[in-house]
Amino acid sequence: MQSFTTVTGVVAPLDAVNVDTDAIIPKQFLKRIERKGFGQFLFYDWRYENGQEKPEFVLNKEPYRNAPILLTRKNFGCGSSREHAPWALSEFGIRVILAPSFADIFHNNCFKNGILPIVLPEEVIQSLFQQAETQPGFELSVDLASQSVKGANGFKASFEIAPYRKQLLLEGLDEVGATLKAEDRITEFEEKHKVFYQLSF
Amino acid sequence: MGKTLYRKIWEKHLVVDEKDQPSVLYIDLHLVHEVTSPQAFEGLRIQNRKVRRPDLTLATMDHSIPTRNRSLPIQDEIARKQVETLVDNCRDFGIELFDLKSANQGIVHVIAPELGITQPGQTIVCGDSHTSTHGAFGALAFGIGTSEVEHVLATQTLKQYQSKTLAINVKGELPLGTTAKDLILSIIGKYGHDFATGYVIEYRGEAIRNLSMEERMTVCNMSIEMGARAGLIAPDETTFAYLKGKECAPKGTEWEAALTEWKTLSTDEDATFDLEIDFDAEHVTPQVTWGTNPGQVVGINEKVPNPAELPENQKRSIEKALDYMGLAPETPMTEVQVDKVFIGSCTNSRIEDLRKAAAVVSGHQVAEKVEALVVPGSQLVKQQAEAEGLDQIFLQAGFEWREAGCSMCLGMNDDLVGPEERCASTSNRNFEGRQGRKARTHLVSPEMAAAAAIAGHFVDVRKWPTKELKGANV
Ligand code: SF4
Repeated sequence: MQSFTTVTGVVAPLDAVNVDTDAIIPKQFLKRIERKGFGQFLFYDWRYENGQEKPEFVLNKEPYRNAPILLTRKNFGCGSSREHAPWALSEFGIRVILAPSFADIFHNNCFKNGILPIVLPEEVIQSLFQQAETQPGFELSVDLASQSVKGANGFKASFEIAPYRKQLLLEGLDEVGATLKAEDRITEFEEKHKVFYQLSF
Repeated sequence: MGKTLYRKIWEKHLVVDEKDQPSVLYIDLHLVHEVTSPQAFEGLRIQNRKVRRPDLTLATMDHSIPTRNRSLPIQDEIARKQVETLVDNCRDFGIELFDLKSANQGIVHVIAPELGITQPGQTIVCGDSHTSTHGAFGALAFGIGTSEVEHVLATQTLKQYQSKTLAINVKGELPLGTTAKDLILSIIGKYGHDFATGYVIEYRGEAIRNLSMEERMTVCNMSIEMGARAGLIAPDETTFAYLKGKECAPKGTEWEAALTEWKTLSTDEDATFDLEIDFDAEHVTPQVTWGTNPGQVVGINEKVPNPAELPENQKRSIEKALDYMGLAPETPMTEVQVDKVFIGSCTNSRIEDLRKAAAVVSGHQVAEKVEALVVPGSQLVKQQAEAEGLDQIFLQAGFEWREAGCSMCLGMNDDLVGPEERCASTSNRNFEGRQGRKARTHLVSPEMAAAAAIAGHFVDVRKWPTKELKGANV
């Protein structure tokens, strides 16, 4: 996994509430068995019409085509648990998402894929929308170590992140490997723990 | 101080609990399907890791499979590859798989309960958000991403932060002619599509106690549509009676031991929740969604909302939803015509759902120009329905009768709703594009879907002349 320290770049404003993972990556692209190749299908139905780019969609416009920061509204990433959504965002180049709230599973999936989801109060998000929409090319700098977001125009905000998740992003941990280091504890637990079913068909 | 049901299950599964770290939680049952697992198995292979407990892992294929012509190879090459990959992975890692030829194949959230594998007090995960369904048994069940699927395969544990707790106390009784689906849609409609984000919900109260297990599954299934991590219903006599005798349920002295443990699984009298709300079941009416998330819903005798009458901050998203749905403000829901009807999905494809839909359909014909299909949730449901003659009722009325799978709930196979076509669907999500590009989905109960298929538009099923089913064992 790509580790995360700082990201500076253009902020793409995606002005929609409740953006679900079906919209982020439609179901017809979930048949692939690889982790790669999803970026091209990001927001497919919003980005394309009959195979042609829709010029009005934010990520089809300059300077947002390469924006590393996505600004959006509440409950981003709701719906399906598909990790294909952060895979697609990450491959497209999105490293930071700013929103007033995120759906639970999506939020969790982001940290496993080098994406930093930042929750900021609704008023702050609203003011960022105003800035992004009135100042073309509006940029922000996000620093994970100091948990801060800054703009060249003096904008400043700080954000919360669980220490473990911060470490996960900073160091790109192998989580499975880390858990397996405590394998004795799992074995010990299993000796006392009981399930009441048996799979034998 | 007393403990909530959630807290009790949580504590029973704690493997490691350290300060400032997520807890390591043991997983009792890991359900696997073809869409969210291939990259997880690939991860295991790259690191040369094994599946720790194949005996606590069960796989099926449901999402991208066809629901007809099962004897032929899957036409869609990429889907076929995905299904074959699951077969290879299950063989290589020693996991039980219900493939397309298995009598137990079906939607992952339908098969585990019907076989008695889902049990009270368990922790259950699956790379699928509707894992919340299993909470109906008093199991802590939730959806995870593919990286977590890999983590569970390798370690049989998951790193988790504790959720906040929310009690929804459903008071009174559901009125005649309304269903569990109407209840959960009403709750989501009242409180909103993201209301329960960060919470585990426990559904309590008289109306919940009176629900059958299948109805409880419908309720818990849609917890995720409020953003909740999981939904729970404490096990009771209804739960135990349902489980008794099921294929994988414990037998004899094991059953007694299990029962003793299961009976401890309720929230203590003096326990407190982070949030508690009361909901009155008595005013629930048959529900129909009009928008593009499950919270955008009204009663059948109401109208499509008028954005002009709403506050500025809601106006735009509602206009956008109505534009997508092709609906004019203030259209009465009973005037909305449908092109397709889908009875199926992990929300409403169990035998009781099919019986109730068949009772509405019996003796009628599907309206001209409406295409209607019934997709049983599992092969066992299908078999049971056929034994009861329900398939014949549907077929004679002009419905299609398919093999088990997710089908038109998400249209990963060729069961799609076309652009700008309108579908009455018993599934759980009406998101843009969910059932097909530009498809317009209206979520309803099986009875409401069945009535819409016959009438060609939405109708108040409470006024429907439902006949006694002749010959069917209802
Ligand atoms: S039926 Fe629909 S919601 Fe349920 S598991 Fe399948 S695709 Fe998901």
